[in-house]
Amino acid sequence: MTTTTPPALTGTQDVATPVTRAARVRRRLNNPFATGASILIAVLWTIPTFGLFVSSFRPEDEIKTTGWWTAFSSPQFTLDNYQEVLFGRSASSGQLAGYFINSLVITIPSVLFPLAFAALAAYALAWINFKGRDWIYIAVFALQIVPLQMALVPLLSFFSEGVSLGGIELMPAWNLDDQEKFVQVWFAHTCFALPVAVFLLHNFISQLPKDLMEAARVDGATHPKIFRSIVLPLIVPALAAFGIFQFLWVWNDLLVALIFAGGSSEVAPLTVRLAELAGTRANEWQRLTSGAFISIVVPLIVFLSLQRFFVRGLLAGGVKG
Amino acid sequence: MAVQSRPRQALAIAGVLALALGATACSGDSESGLDPDSAECAPYSAFQGHDGESVSIYASIRDAEADLLRQSWKQFEDCTGIEIDYDGSGEFEAQLQVQVDGGNPPDLAFIPQPGLLARFAQANKLKPMTAEQKTLADTNYPADWLKYATVGGQLYGTPLGANVKSFVWYSPKAFAEKGYQVPTTWQQMIEISDKIVAENKKPWCVGLESGEATGWPATDWIEDLMLRTQPAEVYDQWTTHGIPFNDPRVSEAVDRVGSIIKNPKYVNGGYGDVKSLTTTPFQEGGLPILQGQCAMHRQANFYANYLPEGTKIGPDGDIYAFYFPAIDPAKGKPVLGGGEFTVAFTDGPAVQAVRQYLMTGEYANSRAKLGNWITPNNKLDVSNVTQAVDKLSMEVLLDKSAVFRFDGSDLMPAAVGSGTLWKGMVDWVNGKDTKSTLDFVEGSWPK
Repeated sequence: MTTTTPPALTGTQDVATPVTRAARVRRRLNNPFATGASILIAVLWTIPTFGLFVSSFRPEDEIKTTGWWTAFSSPQFTLDNYQEVLFGRSASSGQLAGYFINSLVITIPSVLFPLAFAALAAYALAWINFKGRDWIYIAVFALQIVPLQMALVPLLSFFSEGVSLGGIELMPAWNLDDQEKFVQVWFAHTCFALPVAVFLLHNFISQLPKDLMEAARVDGATHPKIFRSIVLPLIVPALAAFGIFQFLWVWNDLLVALIFAGGSSEVAPLTVRLAELAGTRANEWQRLTSGAFISIVVPLIVFLSLQRFFVRGLLAGGVKG
Repeated sequence: MAVQSRPRQALAIAGVLALALGATACSGDSESGLDPDSAECAPYSAFQGHDGESVSIYASIRDAEADLLRQSWKQFEDCTGIEIDYDGSGEFEAQLQVQVDGGNPPDLAFIPQPGLLARFAQANKLKPMTAEQKTLADTNYPADWLKYATVGGQLYGTPLGANVKSFVWYSPKAFAEKGYQVPTTWQQMIEISDKIVAENKKPWCVGLESGEATGWPATDWIEDLMLRTQPAEVYDQWTTHGIPFNDPRVSEAVDRVGSIIKNPKYVNGGYGDVKSLTTTPFQEGGLPILQGQCAMHRQANFYANYLPEGTKIGPDGDIYAFYFPAIDPAKGKPVLGGGEFTVAFTDGPAVQAVRQYLMTGEYANSRAKLGNWITPNNKLDVSNVTQAVDKLSMEVLLDKSAVFRFDGSDLMPAAVGSGTLWKGMVDWVNGKDTKSTLDFVEGSWPK
């Protein structure tokens, strides 16, 4: 991701350069050779996924003995893999339908919570003057480099044993069971997402023109009012960009879900189930083909329908991509 | 988190979420429950009195086998009212460590590595057995097995399922056609191999590829040969690093393995030359036997699960197994195997009841009847074991002259047993000499 200089702070000369440069790049890419090359790359990149897609419709014996390309010379297609993986009655074969819902229940709050908290925090850090504001911002910035793997065990004991300092219990254990474990996963995902979210949104919000805020304040708007009526509508692209980012991350996450939700059918998301689908002895891998496709349907829809926000939001948001 | 009664309250979440949660919540409520006083429930009377409690079990067994496990204790649950929450994961070993560190261990776990069990025991995470359970364990299980769950003189677990690795798979049909006898000595096995070589065929087939665990089947070969070239005491010293890994006795066993799996005349039937060993998936290693392209494949009893559906397994079928013969039968029958141990991280009364139940002969028979399972529990009625190779495994396990030893790579520290040893074996098969391979493994042993 390239650094884009905020237009408000630059002179006329600088504003002109990126436009011509972009135009030149655009012109260069717009010839038959470049088009051909990009199509070729796209095809090459898509072949493995396409092969998986074809495989997912082939009968088990065929998958295990021949390559997917042989499906064209001797076509044999079936929906058995999807049937088995989605609605199989025994615990061994799929039942992905239930895990699909678990995935949604985990993902949606895990996207909305960090978005809400981060937008508020970013606004406060950017536009409210209070003591220690810069230090808090630096701390949030620094927290991005802490790998979440380091926090897994402490966070787990935070849930299961509570917090006590020198024998005094500051917070009791949460003692969550069954479906209540969703709360743990939401909490964990929100924690892990906040530093990046705050950083990204702060960069975006702090670039909003100062005149806007001053004008609003002169008209008597309070901070909540400014946030709701001025800032929120303006940062929609950034919110959407981070939302997609976080959605894809949570949807594809295995580690956090495995640790905080566990593998029981009541809370485990698709990814946990997919990891076990091949069986104790890893000999049922024909199920992985259809399972993989079921698990990518939702991210594909989300990404394709919101991708213009994704690119615009990230470009506008700052240096972190 | 000990045993808790389950609060059934729903989470107060608005709209779609509540609906979605409701949909998933519906699934777990069908507790039909038998009448605890009925005749069917008589064997469980000792475990009653914990109605409504739940016990969590965590293990690496998943999928179809997990279904069978759940089925095997269904009647116990119905009669006692104890609900068993079973959870199986492919990341079991790493996950269990995290859960224990995070103060959130399962009530019971089935641990397949005695090394891991010992580590938890030394960290005081495991609950010892009650006197009654200890007596039950001593009567139901051979001492050879229990010693792998004994740490510092204290017994922490009992074996649940088991597998026997000292088997060679072969085709009874092909052997009958050629007039070969099933070998009972090492010498006979090598003679058959040489006869097959004389016909310009490869007698052995081996597959070592297993993703990040590539090489593990070769470690089983080494362990089997360590048990056959050395007394069992030396094997114990080897797995506990009482003798160095590059000891001449280890090197002798490894070379003996090499005389088969690194012999270009012997391998790799159906797949190519020695180089093809590390690229052949272990699941497919023995399949050429079915096509008549290979005569023998050394692999555990569980290899039956990888055979295509409809394959006839048995002494007169498409494929069967014989005991991997000893080199000197006078020294007894060395048996290499593995299994998982039931250990407890908590000790509430319901947990103790489930733990004790899993040790009993009733449980062993209940599980064995469902198929695809063997156990060293000597209360098991062998007629309940249906599949031919499992029956053969039980015979081998129960043989009085058998000297049982646990899979060595599960006893060694993980850095070696599931790390450098696998890697060393891959390099060795691909041409590295025995000495530098063993020096490499020795150098990697944690000090």
